[in-house]
Amino acid sequence: MPIIINGHDVAAPADPRVSLLDLLRERLDLTGTKKGCNQGACGACTVLIDGQRKLSCLSLAVQCDGHDITTIEAISEVDSLHPLQAAFIETDGFQCGYCTPGQIMSGIALRGEMQRGAPSHVTPRLEDVPEASNEEIRERMSGNICRCGANNGIIEAISSYVRGTL
Amino acid sequence: MTDSKNLGKGSSITRREALAGGAIVLGAIATKPLSAAPTTSHSTVPKTVLDPLIERPGQLGTPRSRRDGPLKVKGGARYAAEHHLKDMTYAALVFSTIARGSISEIDSRDAETSPGVVLVMTHLNAPRMGAPEPFLATPTGASGSSHPVMQDAEVFWNGQPIAVVLAETQEQADRAARLIQITYQAKTSVTRFSEAKQLETVATFGGEKLQTVRGDADAALEAAPVKIDVSFSSPRHNHNQIEPHAVTVAWQGKTLRMYDCNQGLSLTAATIAKVFGIEPAQVHVSAEFVGGSFGGKTLWQYHIVAAAAAKLSGRPVRMNVTREGVFRMCGGRAPTEQRVALGADKDGRLKALIHTGFTPKIQQNAMTEPFIEATQRLYSSETARIEVRAAHMDMLSNTFMRAPGSAVGTYALETAMDELAEKLTIDPIELRLRNEPDVDPTNGKRFSQRGLVQAYQMGAERFGWIPRKGQRLGRREGEWLVGTGVASAYYPHYHFPGGAARVTITADGKLLVELAAHEQGVGAATTTAIIAAKRFGIDFEDVEVRYGDSLLPGSHPAGGSQQTASIGATILAANTAMIAELAKIAPQGTPWAGLSSTGLTTVRAGIALTERPSVHIGYKELLARAGLQAITIEADAATPTAAETWSMHSYGAVFCEARVNADTRELRVSRVTGVYDCGKILNAKTAASQFRGGIIMSLGLAMMEETQFDERTGRIINASMAEYHMPVHLDVPLIDVAWTDIPDPHAPTGARGVGEISMNGASAALANAVYDATGKRVRDLPITLDKLMV
Repeated sequence: MPIIINGHDVAAPADPRVSLLDLLRERLDLTGTKKGCNQGACGACTVLIDGQRKLSCLSLAVQCDGHDITTIEAISEVDSLHPLQAAFIETDGFQCGYCTPGQIMSGIALRGEMQRGAPSHVTPRLEDVPEASNEEIRERMSGNICRCGANNGIIEAISSYVRGTL
Repeated sequence: MTDSKNLGKGSSITRREALAGGAIVLGAIATKPLSAAPTTSHSTVPKTVLDPLIERPGQLGTPRSRRDGPLKVKGGARYAAEHHLKDMTYAALVFSTIARGSISEIDSRDAETSPGVVLVMTHLNAPRMGAPEPFLATPTGASGSSHPVMQDAEVFWNGQPIAVVLAETQEQADRAARLIQITYQAKTSVTRFSEAKQLETVATFGGEKLQTVRGDADAALEAAPVKIDVSFSSPRHNHNQIEPHAVTVAWQGKTLRMYDCNQGLSLTAATIAKVFGIEPAQVHVSAEFVGGSFGGKTLWQYHIVAAAAAKLSGRPVRMNVTREGVFRMCGGRAPTEQRVALGADKDGRLKALIHTGFTPKIQQNAMTEPFIEATQRLYSSETARIEVRAAHMDMLSNTFMRAPGSAVGTYALETAMDELAEKLTIDPIELRLRNEPDVDPTNGKRFSQRGLVQAYQMGAERFGWIPRKGQRLGRREGEWLVGTGVASAYYPHYHFPGGAARVTITADGKLLVELAAHEQGVGAATTTAIIAAKRFGIDFEDVEVRYGDSLLPGSHPAGGSQQTASIGATILAANTAMIAELAKIAPQGTPWAGLSSTGLTTVRAGIALTERPSVHIGYKELLARAGLQAITIEADAATPTAAETWSMHSYGAVFCEARVNADTRELRVSRVTGVYDCGKILNAKTAASQFRGGIIMSLGLAMMEETQFDERTGRIINASMAEYHMPVHLDVPLIDVAWTDIPDPHAPTGARGVGEISMNGASAALANAVYDATGKRVRDLPITLDKLMV
């Protein structure tokens, strides 16, 4: 089965060592997904696999056979912005821009997780649908590191997106 | 008394007072007015002509979103490792595993026959190359060290690149690199700080001795009625830019083309040219987007290895350094051991200021962590002994990391000041105000502009600082111990020579600015457009800025928080040059023809008579009447000289609220306010982000950051982002930032740079807050929970 990347069928690489991240960046020229640590510590390589946020550096490309991959390049049209992308610009939620695609992909998936009621480490009551509090969003985004320190802007943008106020 | 409510941004009263250096009153303490002649050498101070751009209200400082925003949020910005070249190979490095010695044998046979391998390069077959010149060691040096690169069998540190594999794919290169067998002949090495300290020397930084001696500080300390004498230590740190270092390289004819991540393009091109024995113009380095730099994106051995391997193989090379490789090969902040001893009279006036200590460096660089810089400027004291001693070790080159020296130096000084305040039973802010100097305490120069007092006033009000007199105000909220702390921030104003730009006005009245500036997230391209728009009297949207390429004019290193000053001075020079050209093309007989640049000014998208601005002609009309499609000038910025006359430095006041779990001793930061005095702020939006970013890295420094160094082997242990802990979102509270916004009359566009000052102060404010909460002084960074256990 092919891998479906941004709606296109892509053959799995012959070399089983190739990560999904390196498939995207080096073989498909989809360089919007970033390589920060290549070991699952920084979150810069976050993509959606079947709608869930996943670290593409820790996913072998061959494991993605038959799965649906969405990268930063596919969340908005060429001349438009996804609401979360626009919010990042408004809140200055980035400086160097290198962690940014990962933060945005993570933020998009996070909204779905919260709507489904998935709790986090800081959710007060597991049986409730979690509220998009500042602490809740910060906890859920802590797998995406921003070294420039644009944290306040990132959390503000994602909080607005999760609350549906964008 | 000055009403603190009036000390808002750019209050004219505040500005005049500050410029006069005169009586600023806060609380009950007044700083003394300036003496008529602080020193004989400065008795005649040049008359200041204020830049009209910083005097006109509303000209600068409007918040603007960064111009590269849409590209970055869409993943469309291409970084160093994202340029694909035809027939490109992938590189993988092998690093030494001993600290000092030589390579006795390299067995690369298995690697050479491994699938996909194109080349294995070691010192045995690398091209002959010169040693790179280190940054600050020569005017054009850019390298982290002067170590030759794969020229002989010598090993100088544990982690030195000693072999590189090129292969068709990264996976093949990585596999083959693991097959290379190295045998070493180890030599005696110095990898213990304690041992290196026996070999210390008084250090220099930027050619100046890191030493200030004023009177007999030791005797004054002895005699002082109130004193403290404490020791601090800080560990190694790594920049950990989220983009790992990378370069994509090709030899194209006689040109070496490098797509790089870089904060010093012109210097890098010059240094690499010398290494390969070619002209600087033959090295074309570009870095349009850089994924964070913080002082670390300079020239390291991987650049030279990649270029040499591309030369040897005849194929382009993608060198994507692994995260571990960054830790092994690209230096970070050196550790320090510091002593701060303060002696004061009973009113809190400093009689003795002693700040001394050690920091390791390597012999092959010109960088000593200058942790005394803040102590040389922040407070007046009758006597002082301030000194850094450097200890040479066999280790990876230490280097510049955001606010070199002062980041860890202010930690020591500002926690010591907190201790002294407690002992004196004086509020810590009050103690600082009582020691506010009239002139630069180290060299007697007048301050170009200094607003530390205003920063404290604004910050105290924003944060809601509760004054204290020697008692802890920490309280308990459930399982949390909550405390507050405060500290000063400081960073020098740098302005390097070499700024230049090419500026073009086109027939449609638009402006193009081209200069070799850098964009690592600081917002430089946007700020350049803001400055140029104002200077040329043109709409922001009508200014295009091209930057990030060594073939463009000028040297504008994005270091020392000086790039904005460099750009500001350059745009001013370009404006003067352009006015002269426009006067030349103005038709004979018109009022503007042949006037000098002082007789004309650029306003409302054109030129006008300086004395009669209504006599105006638009750029479009001027070019049309001259029959020109465009007019281009190149200009060099004037050599910066202001710091010869003035003491130019930035200041800040940082407030912090810490929460320590009473049971687990987990440390959280709940509130931060930082108020900075950096001259005029040019873009409120990006400057605020710079301030917040520095505060966050400073909190990381205080709470968790440490590059662990195995003193037995000289090897970095935690060479990964999983084991080098940095602040994540949950560690970062909402951060309140503000600025005095008082223009520095002697800095270009009134601005002193904002990139590094906020790296200072927050760590000490947090440590002081931790003390307020728990009664524990932690003088050994980072403040991890084990150190807070009862």
